[in-house]
Amino acid sequence: MSSILVQVIVGGLLLGAVYALFSSGLTLIWGMMNIVNFAHGDFVMLGMYVAFVVWTLLGVGPFVGAPVAALVLATLGIIVYFGLIRSVMKGPMLAQILGTFGLALLLRYSVFWGFGANFMTLPENLVGGTFDVFGIRIQASRLLAGVVALLVTSGLHLLLTRTSLGSKMLAVAEDSTAAQLMGIRPDTMQAIAWAIAAGATGIAGALIATFFYIAPTVGETLGIVAFVTVSLGGFGSVPGALVAGLLIGVIESVSAYWIGAVYKDIVVYSLFLCFLWFRPQGLMGKS
Amino acid sequence: MGKMRRLIWPSVALALVIAYPLLFSTPFQQRLGALILLYAIAASAWNIVGGYAGQVSVGHVVFFGCGAYASMAAYSHFALPPLVGIPAGIVVSVGIAAVIGVPTLRLSGHYFSMATIAVAELVRLIVTNTEFLGAAVGLSGPTVPRTVLDLSFTSALPYYYLFLLVLLITLGITWWMANSRMGFYLRAIRDSERAARSLGAPASRTKLYAFMLSAGLTSVAGALYAMMFGFVDPESGLGILISVKILIMAALGGAGLLFGPLVGAAILVPLEEVSNNLLGGKGAGLTFVVYGAIIVLIARFQPGGILTLIKRLWARRRKTLEPAVAAGATHAP
Repeated sequence: MSSILVQVIVGGLLLGAVYALFSSGLTLIWGMMNIVNFAHGDFVMLGMYVAFVVWTLLGVGPFVGAPVAALVLATLGIIVYFGLIRSVMKGPMLAQILGTFGLALLLRYSVFWGFGANFMTLPENLVGGTFDVFGIRIQASRLLAGVVALLVTSGLHLLLTRTSLGSKMLAVAEDSTAAQLMGIRPDTMQAIAWAIAAGATGIAGALIATFFYIAPTVGETLGIVAFVTVSLGGFGSVPGALVAGLLIGVIESVSAYWIGAVYKDIVVYSLFLCFLWFRPQGLMGKS
Repeated sequence: MGKMRRLIWPSVALALVIAYPLLFSTPFQQRLGALILLYAIAASAWNIVGGYAGQVSVGHVVFFGCGAYASMAAYSHFALPPLVGIPAGIVVSVGIAAVIGVPTLRLSGHYFSMATIAVAELVRLIVTNTEFLGAAVGLSGPTVPRTVLDLSFTSALPYYYLFLLVLLITLGITWWMANSRMGFYLRAIRDSERAARSLGAPASRTKLYAFMLSAGLTSVAGALYAMMFGFVDPESGLGILISVKILIMAALGGAGLLFGPLVGAAILVPLEEVSNNLLGGKGAGLTFVVYGAIIVLIARFQPGGILTLIKRLWARRRKTLEPAVAAGATHAP
């Protein structure tokens, strides 16, 4: 294997870790209350803009930007849950999909209106520079994003499987009436799930903003990436999202390297359709 | 007698719609009327799968684009009238609908919605990189009409009546479908798919037929759009915002109701035209902020749309009126 290909694969893995982080939020919501958040990619976009605003106002990088973005987005998640999701959940399918799809437009075009359609970027050397490891060149910003995303995603998995909060959330996912009888409030647990899911997108957005273009429409592309990741990983599974996210990151990078950058999305979307045809339950889902 | 009375209001409405471009005859008003009818065609077509079958497609622009590109390709590559491209557009659209529908309509509705959005993006990316379809620049129609068959007019008036005819056909097909065995199955599936399946309704197949029918009709709307504007590019023929407009019109008016999409189009098309005129380029963003807000509000408070709300208010009014009339009758000598 040539060293360039290794470099491409490493880059793909680091980007894939960020995909895994924001996709695990989508999979958590979907698995817990059977709702697909069509505004999920736009939550990531908001995280990017929060990081951008933090840098513009305070001149600091993702070490401040990511926590701030997590807080802002978690708050938004709670507001969205109580203001919209709680009532559309009881409504028809049409209301559920329209509700979050409308939210996506509202967020996307509010940002478009406020910041304009121009693509923006954070300064390239905001997080270190570039360094060599065994002849592979890695950008510090991508390395930081990948490693932090990996840690946060793993932490999310541990939270869901090893803590009493996680058990309560899983109990609500399994049977919310039974959980209520055990003294767990489904409303609170679902609001917490929205806070966690949206907070994760905030961190992911702030991390990815250090090396990605920032634009109001970026959420559409990232939202589809999240759909593909969750479908591939099996819905409701954070480890599934992690494996699928890394895989998609690598597939994207390698196809950009071999076929051309414009074709990487075509490859990923086609893969998604193949999966829907042949294995809709995902790689790790039960049949 | 009862049947006659039921036909009075639709006849009056139809007469008004036919007379509109003659009563409001400035180019702006005629163009506005034509655009309302055009979007009403697309939204009515969406309504078949989104409203009647309850499967929310958020990528309907892909069928719209197929029609638009097929008609423009017929002209620019084969020097045929754009009209000739319509059957090709329908065939491709129905094929794409089958590719999306066969795997996803067996699963929960979320998969269907996600697949439609992914396919719309996929097709937009492929077309943007295909020289034959004009890549990023797009394809143009005839600038000077060779014969009347080119359907290239400077006035919006001929388009108005052409679109009205197609809209009536679309509504006729929808009405026929809703009152056939298929419509019966669709209502049962929408209320409870499990119950419908257990009673032997072929759920997946019926939803697939509705989706394919909807796709074919949407591609006709796309072809008509391209003929009126004389060109198509990836943004105007395959942009996600066209999907948004189509579905918001149907949902605002009333998804699953015959005239819902028409009502939605009659409200939103003038709103957009006026805001574009007042605010210019900057207004484009604001228009979609408003669209997003409207969609959220419909989903949150009135998923049945405006027509359902009016029906409910009307029923309540009659209920409160009837006892009053009955009470009045006892006082009569």
